[in-house]
Amino acid sequence: MRLLKLVPDNTNIGFVRVRFIAFVITALLTIASLAVVGARGLNMGVDFVGGLMIEAKFQTVPQLDAVRSNIDGLGVGVSSLQQFGDPKTVSIRLPIPESSDEGATNAVVSKVSASLVKQFPGVTFTRYDTVSGKVSEELIQNGVLAVILAVLGIAIFSWLRYEWQFGVSTFVAIVHDVLMTLGFFALTQLEFDLNIVAAVLTIIGYSINDKMVIDDRIRENMRKYRQMDMKALIDLSVNETLPRTVMTSVTVMLALGALLLFGGHVLRGFAAAMMLGIVVGTYSSVYVSSSLLITLGLEPQRFSAKPKESRPDAERVGPQP
Amino acid sequence: MLDFPRWKVWSICLLLAAGILLSLPSFIPESTIERAGLHGLPRINLGLDLSGGSHLMLEADTTDLAKQNIAKMEEQVRTEMRRADPPIAIGDISTTGGRLSFFVRDASRIDAAVERIRTLTQPSGMTGQRDWDVQVVDSTRIVLTPTKQGLAQATDSAMQVATEVVRKRIDEMGTREPTIIRQGAERIVVQVPGLQNPAALKALLGRTAKLEFKLVDLTADPAAVAQGRAPVGSEVVAYAEPGQAPIAVKRRAMLSGDELIDAKLSYNSQTNEPVVSITFNSEGGRKFARVTQENVGKPFAMILDGKVLSAPNINEPILGGQAQISGRFTTDSANQLAIALRSGKLPVALKVVEERTVGPDLGADSIRAGTLASVIAVVGVVIFMLVSYGRFGFYANLAVVINVFVILGIMALLNATLTLPGIAGFVLTIGTAVDANVLINERVREELRRGRSPTQAVEHGYKEASRTIFEANVTHAIAGLIMFVLGSGQVKGFAVVLLIGIATSVFTAVVFTRMLVALWLRHKRPTSIHI
Repeated sequence: MRLLKLVPDNTNIGFVRVRFIAFVITALLTIASLAVVGARGLNMGVDFVGGLMIEAKFQTVPQLDAVRSNIDGLGVGVSSLQQFGDPKTVSIRLPIPESSDEGATNAVVSKVSASLVKQFPGVTFTRYDTVSGKVSEELIQNGVLAVILAVLGIAIFSWLRYEWQFGVSTFVAIVHDVLMTLGFFALTQLEFDLNIVAAVLTIIGYSINDKMVIDDRIRENMRKYRQMDMKALIDLSVNETLPRTVMTSVTVMLALGALLLFGGHVLRGFAAAMMLGIVVGTYSSVYVSSSLLITLGLEPQRFSAKPKESRPDAERVGPQP
Repeated sequence: MLDFPRWKVWSICLLLAAGILLSLPSFIPESTIERAGLHGLPRINLGLDLSGGSHLMLEADTTDLAKQNIAKMEEQVRTEMRRADPPIAIGDISTTGGRLSFFVRDASRIDAAVERIRTLTQPSGMTGQRDWDVQVVDSTRIVLTPTKQGLAQATDSAMQVATEVVRKRIDEMGTREPTIIRQGAERIVVQVPGLQNPAALKALLGRTAKLEFKLVDLTADPAAVAQGRAPVGSEVVAYAEPGQAPIAVKRRAMLSGDELIDAKLSYNSQTNEPVVSITFNSEGGRKFARVTQENVGKPFAMILDGKVLSAPNINEPILGGQAQISGRFTTDSANQLAIALRSGKLPVALKVVEERTVGPDLGADSIRAGTLASVIAVVGVVIFMLVSYGRFGFYANLAVVINVFVILGIMALLNATLTLPGIAGFVLTIGTAVDANVLINERVREELRRGRSPTQAVEHGYKEASRTIFEANVTHAIAGLIMFVLGSGQVKGFAVVLLIGIATSVFTAVVFTRMLVALWLRHKRPTSIHI
């Protein structure tokens, strides 16, 4: 049986040669992404802005305008509606009533559900979320803190483990991944909630996985070929690890594709974010972080001069004894 | 490489078998487990987003608590000054700005007053601080300020009681397997699986249930009461039901809910309206009997959380320590009040600051979708690995499938909760577990291309790839740990699966497949391998 090989043997793509073009594209995309976030903002879920969310499942596809006018007639605040996943499911978002009275939220929920049942028989309410402003602020803080600390922790780890250049390039690449994902959410206006923060953290994890594999190979090759030109060495390393990069991306994409198509509407945003993250993360590993090492002045000679790096079990060139 | 001693093979197999065995009870339906009486088996908990149910986060009203704290101090100070011999006259008491301040009329007695007040404060915290700061201003005025430690201590003890009261109330509602956890200094998290309508629960938990019986002040001028003014020693209280004019009642309660020993739903024998029957303890019963004897023909008010429920006339002395609370109840609301009274009053008002309720249908849908997605993902990956790596792909697949069971087993052992993002974490773990195998197999291919013998290629491939896998997974685990520590709810559920998945996938991918390959190489001694 002939085995499938996605990347042919002895592939040699000149990644480093195009690094300036890649930098420009990356910078433009990053700026564009920031601009979109600034201009359109993220469609924050109730987790982060506070509020009341009711998910309603209708028997037939409802007219959103009819639903909106129904709710707006109740005097419970400005509603925002969103269909997600299947068109019969609508999420209704309302502000939390100002009153400190405990019954107020309950009253809004029952008012809305009673009124909708009247106009749309057979509608069922599958989910309620209410988050107060104070809690949502804390959730934002924790979410942002988690992302920042994860990025910093990873950068510090790769700095201690390798060289400072690896730390910096990894840091830059990951920040890029995070900004791209945010840009995607600003552009599509998919709801950004706590699950998405989990997705962003996973993208960071995946992307770092990618970079570690390439960085590790670069370090290995630096020991092996001390006199080699850094550009050629990085090209060699990226090409050597390319089959693995492609294979793994494909398998993860397969898994996420299943999640996107069959995982139900609750997981759809999550899966979409992750799929985009895999693409962005792979791109930044191949084009951004490794090429950046050259710009940062990483040299094999300097690297191998450090005695602590040569371990007794280090790579030997030549036949096994 | 080929040297895989028998004990090693056995321990690896036993370890994995144990993991798989641990996961099996989670696949048995709950009803079967209950019938067979196998409650002790480790099972994975399903998060509320999967099983359906309500998650409520309650927060204590700390400003209210601070107010209560000061009011209590004011009462203590008054009593203490009266008890002095001769009594110390004080005046101009104010409790604004979170402090208690008053002046002592006779300036020469200020030291005696401070001395007596110091005995009212309690040590708090580790550093020998006290819960109140006592200061003398302008040689006649005493200012009492609660210290930070003092407030924290007051909150803590109030929250302890509140948690117990919440637990009692939820138990009384008869919901199954609720989880009630204190979170941080001033919050309580309540999780009730399977609850479809949390409104009743929220109404019950949001109720302080402070019950008081006070005599109605008949001397009050109705016009003044309507404007919110009451005679000295009385106060204006509104009705709970809208549409009724407020009434004036005596400030001093003749009896409070603390003296109840039971409360239950019953029906008024004449009107057949639902009412709450209450039973006092012996002390409370005696008090009630005495006050009602003295006030036959006059009305008294039943006040719940500062609102009048009803104000009936005392037709005859109420002896025997039993009474009925009426107040336009429905059966449900009377029952709720009975529960609230039975479980005692909350020492501090609680407010729902976060609620997440998932209907059981959506939960079931999510499980179905998540399982389907996982199965499809696994099948897709398995086929892809087989066509890419042949025999080595088969070994990798075996490792990945076992990995899934072992993760479930470990989660069951740790009694961890599987949430919806957890399922997503699962799918990702499947994807990345494959990565380790891909790394190894690609490395073996490379070594073969360099012209090494099969055994050497495998040996080198594993050695080099293992280092890379280790580096990559440690960094991945850093991200996971940060998520676990900082995350709440969804993020945490995701991190648990991720962390367990990282550990087990490294083990199955590196150790287990290596063993399979070694056994095969030793058995067949192939001269070339196809990968």
